Amino acid sequence: MRRAGPAAAPLRSWAARRLLLGVAQTAAVVLLVFVLTEALPGDAAVALAGDQPDPARIAAIREAMGLDRPAYVRLLDWVAGLAHGDLGTSLASGRPVSTYLADGYGPTLLLAAVTVTPLVPLGVGLGVLAARFAGRPLDRLVSSVTLGIYAVPEFALGTLLITVFALRLGWLPPTAVGYGTDLLAHPAALVLPVLILLSRPVCSLTRLVRAGMIDALASPYAAQARRYGIAGARIRYAHALPNAMAPAAQQLARTVDWLLCGVIVVEALYVIPGLGTVLINAVAERDVPVVQGLAVVFGVTTVVLNLGADLVARRLAPRAGAAA
Amino acid sequence: MTQHAHLPGPHRRGLLTAAGGLAAGLGALALTGCSGTETPRAGAGDGGGSGSGDGKPRRGGRLRAAFAGGGAGETLDPHLSNLFADAARAKALFDKLADYGPDLAARPRLAAAWEPNARLDRWKVTLREAAFHDGKPVTAADVLYSYRRIADPKQAFRARASLEPIDLSASRAPAPRTVEFVLKRPTAEFPNVLAAFGAYIVPAASGPVDFDKNPVGSGPFRFVSFAPGRSAVFRRNDAYWDGPPHLDELEIVVANEESARVNALLGGQIEYAHELNPATARAHEDKGRIGIVRLRNSAMQAFAMKTDRPPFDDPRVREAFFLIADREELVAGALSGAGEIGNDLFGKGYEYYAGELPQRAQDLGRARALLKKAGAEGLRVTLDTSPVAAGFTEAATVFRDQAAKAGVTITVRTGSKDSYWKDILDSGTLCSYRSGAMPIESHISQRLLTDSTTNATKWHHKDFDDLYQQAQSTGDPVRRAAVYTRMQRRLHAEGGFLIWGFADWILGTSLKVKGVAPDAPANTLDWARFDTVWLA
Repeated sequence: MRRAGPAAAPLRSWAARRLLLGVAQTAAVVLLVFVLTEALPGDAAVALAGDQPDPARIAAIREAMGLDRPAYVRLLDWVAGLAHGDLGTSLASGRPVSTYLADGYGPTLLLAAVTVTPLVPLGVGLGVLAARFAGRPLDRLVSSVTLGIYAVPEFALGTLLITVFALRLGWLPPTAVGYGTDLLAHPAALVLPVLILLSRPVCSLTRLVRAGMIDALASPYAAQARRYGIAGARIRYAHALPNAMAPAAQQLARTVDWLLCGVIVVEALYVIPGLGTVLINAVAERDVPVVQGLAVVFGVTTVVLNLGADLVARRLAPRAGAAA
Repeated sequence: MTQHAHLPGPHRRGLLTAAGGLAAGLGALALTGCSGTETPRAGAGDGGGSGSGDGKPRRGGRLRAAFAGGGAGETLDPHLSNLFADAARAKALFDKLADYGPDLAARPRLAAAWEPNARLDRWKVTLREAAFHDGKPVTAADVLYSYRRIADPKQAFRARASLEPIDLSASRAPAPRTVEFVLKRPTAEFPNVLAAFGAYIVPAASGPVDFDKNPVGSGPFRFVSFAPGRSAVFRRNDAYWDGPPHLDELEIVVANEESARVNALLGGQIEYAHELNPATARAHEDKGRIGIVRLRNSAMQAFAMKTDRPPFDDPRVREAFFLIADREELVAGALSGAGEIGNDLFGKGYEYYAGELPQRAQDLGRARALLKKAGAEGLRVTLDTSPVAAGFTEAATVFRDQAAKAGVTITVRTGSKDSYWKDILDSGTLCSYRSGAMPIESHISQRLLTDSTTNATKWHHKDFDDLYQQAQSTGDPVRRAAVYTRMQRRLHAEGGFLIWGFADWILGTSLKVKGVAPDAPANTLDWARFDTVWLA
């Protein structure tokens, strides 16, 4: 690797700028989520009253929950708590929001980690392979299979895999019911969820790496290297791949969003009580503090990961101007 | 609340809307009521009136049952029960004074007997000998404490409305096992109040109680552990007054997706799955992998017409709509055939149901003539619906097409499922409606009196209110039944509820599970009851 990175000071100020931007972005997300949740019809009291919407009862619940205060007061109240690291309490149960997040974080993090680990080697390997044989049958096979899988919605793929591998063949458990948060003790229950979560990110990563590699191999510096008689493998892995990896690294960060969407589907399908489940329930219950807490967690996670990815991209392809 | 989860059909992509919220919509079915037959229930030994032909009960084993639940906000406080999962957990740990039989008449539970005065406004309830899990006896003081806790105006407990007839400040406990209930007015159906959804008896306490740490009740199972939104584990209470359960342990797990419940059942991860789709039931019935139980008459399916505003303030328009409905087609289309047709009356098969009234059938010609008389030709109506309950949106579409044949243009408007019940209470003119099982008296008192809290058809008639009071003041059951029939005749002729069907509630069980009551509508005593179930 050549060391032609930007000087340390500019990098630091760039990182600081990015961090500030990230804080602003997170705050904007939280505010937007609050406004959107408030804009939904009904509130936590109405949701709790369910099919017994006796007006007196709803009024009593509202008063008990403090929902009779104006929205901006409730938001400021929550923000004030956030300043001392207090995420507030759930409207539905009165339990601290932090316990919701702590309980849901484990399974989701485990799923994400187990998914990302094979994701990089698989995606990069397949992408390099396809680029190496660009235009030939192997490339066509990889490209069409990845495109095909990418086009199948997670829910459909999940149902299909459960039907085949769990119910027909009986190789794997069909759900994680009853395993609670102790998923690691039941690795078999993780296989199908991770396959579903992997399905789309692997495809997008493969296609990105393939395109980047083909571009890089066709670039003037690769041609120059070939004229110098440098071995093909070395050109591929030492010169072309880092350039191809820059967009892939950024894509990997964006995969987090995919994982989040996928996690919601997968958690519902396999009964894994993670953050996706917490989010769905909280929105349905109009449990604003819990939704807000999740928005903070997701916002911070996304900002940090993207920042990391941009840093990596700058290291890999400093001249590509990849890091905006 | 949400937490609800059944999706009408596999073609829907909004599956996630179901994951949380549906339980709420589906899960929270209200009950209140009264009725007063004193038939003692068969003991647990013969499977609680079910399980005939299931052979001799075997002791032991752990049963895992999956319900749609309420996520991380769940609690074991029985007075906060709202969803089916809450009710299943509450009835494992706690008892009520009475509970509903298959005909929705109240059956004695912790109460061994009840005795009214001549005016029916004072009731003496005698408790049976029963003990809480900590060994302390269940006393009249516990009963009064529990009811006062439910009625606390600062709390918004669901059962509070059901206990409204009781004057709790005047009610007394003259002896350890005797409660003297003083009522605000004559209430012949007072036992229905004792059986109300959520009216569980908890031990008296001096301060606030945390039910999630170590709940103590008098129910058939003792507490082992609880993880909100995931699982609750209970073990047999050998000292249970109604005979100890056959199972060693019961675990109630939460799985909001119907497909997940089915898959877990097929994969042997659970032995009992609550609330399955008709399509699932058809696919697995008689295939020999799992057992399917259909609880008939569990959920009334209806359209509610607001009778206080055009066009439905004209009884001729309401009758025309009764005649527009092709009920068989609605049951086939919206319930996939898993149910039976209704006759615009609540409570088919329940106590006091006016079964002698002729079954209505579609008559488009008469419907057109009635609309013409009412000056409502070319009528345009908006029908509010929402995916809050299974079959709602399908029923709305089917009915829209039926109405078109009578020259009525219906526009279907789909609203939010989380706030649906509140949205349709006062606004709109026509909406999808459903109800869980409750006594006919409760249906009337909650929805059809001038001061009812959830009167979605805006049925305000002083003479109808008087009839209800007359029924509640009539001690003789035969004469009381006659008054109920009069009320139902009126509703059948010109009421606001177009009740087109009654949906089955569908359960799936592993083939090892025996003793599941086949005739207990959801919310009755033998529904989600695990002390009389065993594993063969």
